Amino acid sequence: MSRSWLCWGLLLSPLPAALLALQFGAYPISPGKVWQILGLPLGLGQPPEAMVQILWQVRLPRIVLAMLVGLALSSSGTALQAIFRNPLVDAFILGLSAGAALGCALSVAFWPGLPIQLTAFVCSLLAALLTFALAQTRGEVPILSLILAGVIVSAFFSALVSMIKFLVDPHKLASIVFWLMGSLSLADWQAVRQAGPWIGLGALLIWLGRWRLNALSMGDAEAKALGVEVRRERGLFLLAAALSVAAAVSVSGIIGWVGLMVPHVVRMLIGPDHRWVVPLSMALGATFMVLSDTVARTFTGGEIPVGIITTLAGAPFFIILLKQKGQESWRT
Amino acid sequence: MISVVDLGLSLNGRAVLAEISFQAQPGQVTVLLGPNGSGKTTLLLCLCAHYRPARGNIQLHGQDLADLSYRALARRLAIVPQDHHPVFPYRVREVILLGRISRVGFFSQPGVQDYEVVENILSLLRIQHLADKPYTRISGGERQLVLIGRCLAQEPQVLLLDEPTNHLDFKNQYTILKLIKDLARERQLTVLLTLHDPNMASLFADHVILLAEGRIVAHGPPLEVITPAHMAAIYHLEVEMVNAGARHLLYPKVG
Repeated sequence: MSRSWLCWGLLLSPLPAALLALQFGAYPISPGKVWQILGLPLGLGQPPEAMVQILWQVRLPRIVLAMLVGLALSSSGTALQAIFRNPLVDAFILGLSAGAALGCALSVAFWPGLPIQLTAFVCSLLAALLTFALAQTRGEVPILSLILAGVIVSAFFSALVSMIKFLVDPHKLASIVFWLMGSLSLADWQAVRQAGPWIGLGALLIWLGRWRLNALSMGDAEAKALGVEVRRERGLFLLAAALSVAAAVSVSGIIGWVGLMVPHVVRMLIGPDHRWVVPLSMALGATFMVLSDTVARTFTGGEIPVGIITTLAGAPFFIILLKQKGQESWRT
Repeated sequence: MISVVDLGLSLNGRAVLAEISFQAQPGQVTVLLGPNGSGKTTLLLCLCAHYRPARGNIQLHGQDLADLSYRALARRLAIVPQDHHPVFPYRVREVILLGRISRVGFFSQPGVQDYEVVENILSLLRIQHLADKPYTRISGGERQLVLIGRCLAQEPQVLLLDEPTNHLDFKNQYTILKLIKDLARERQLTVLLTLHDPNMASLFADHVILLAEGRIVAHGPPLEVITPAHMAAIYHLEVEMVNAGARHLLYPKVG
């Protein structure tokens, strides 16, 4: 009974988080006023016009985007951890994020005509395949070499991004630097419309196939024996993860640790069955991102890039995890 | 029924299996017996399409193995692997439920019927009390039962087991083999398993296949195949025999 309450609590957690986030900012809006503005179409009272503008055009799109990004990172993290049988990977560690960043940089610097999402997606997928190919030895993917391969690919793609930064003019440099820091400060409805469908599509694929993640996490030989077409299905999940990570990076830059941490917290709370881990990770990822972003934009007078907040929260968590579960998780 | 004709497999340029031909019948327990490295596990891995042998032909109930997808194969044949290193501590019930994955649509979830199958298996194997435990935290014998349960959830015609008695104590070895034999009889399963102990093989096998260096040395009923002469030939060891009623027991000559 308490387990199902916990599940529902986690699933619904983005709603109170969003309501909380709507109140805070450079221009505080009281909870009563928030409800009034949200209820405006129903004809409840007459809040000031400036307040309505801030809520609808500044704060709400940013919150929606934060949720989408959190959902994308944590659902892709869940899927990647399952298909690589490795609880210590996410889009960041496997180089998908670095790949997406390179795609963004390429698009900004050299091919302004190409949609950022497309170049980010292609480069992100390329990075994922490269990591996988590097890590593969004799048909197996040992856990340690997967992480090492991810580090190598990340470093390589990051170096390419630095090269581009060095080559482009200062104006373009500024927008590339913005992506690398990881921030939601340029969020608007336009960004939501650009990234939303791709994040949604990737997350939908992962959500629909969530039970199969249990089988894939048993390893190639076992999954095949259970009747899973391993290569095809793993490819599909990889594609879905790259799709949503690329879309998320193209609007928010590189935000680390969310994809690693959130699935772990969910597993610790309700167990490893991916039929539950996938939807609950999505919800908790959205909640965590909204809260982190609220801290990022209100903690100081200026704006802290949200990637700094998630890393500050995530790095200690990763260390604790390694200390506690290291023995079990690092079996190669 | 499994029917193998002139199977040959080379791995890394070395012939691992050669001229393997045999049949395994429904309702019977067929045991593969042979020294370490004789190709027992490799043969099982050929039968579950993990390896695709260059030579020969394998048929399951008259159907060519090479023509079946992994999904189609999993509905006909299930295997209990020798070593199993789970990464995530799934509950026993979730592990058994995974046996249904070949019978559920690509992007679908298990339905009421699938859960019923799992509950029936839990009570058949008398492991209801384990259902909600993480299967990383149960004993070796219990895990063997869970993996057999997962195979049964596939509702196969053929059941393969790779050294199912490994790491099990005296009683659990007996329990598992007895269970496997009963399942074979009741469900008309074609059962093929590998064993290390010739005496266990004579107790439970209907049919024994002796393997050495990738070739079949002898096959037939246990009394004819498990003899001191054969054992001495494949294990390079002097073997003695005592008769105990209808059975005989083999042991290495000591001293």
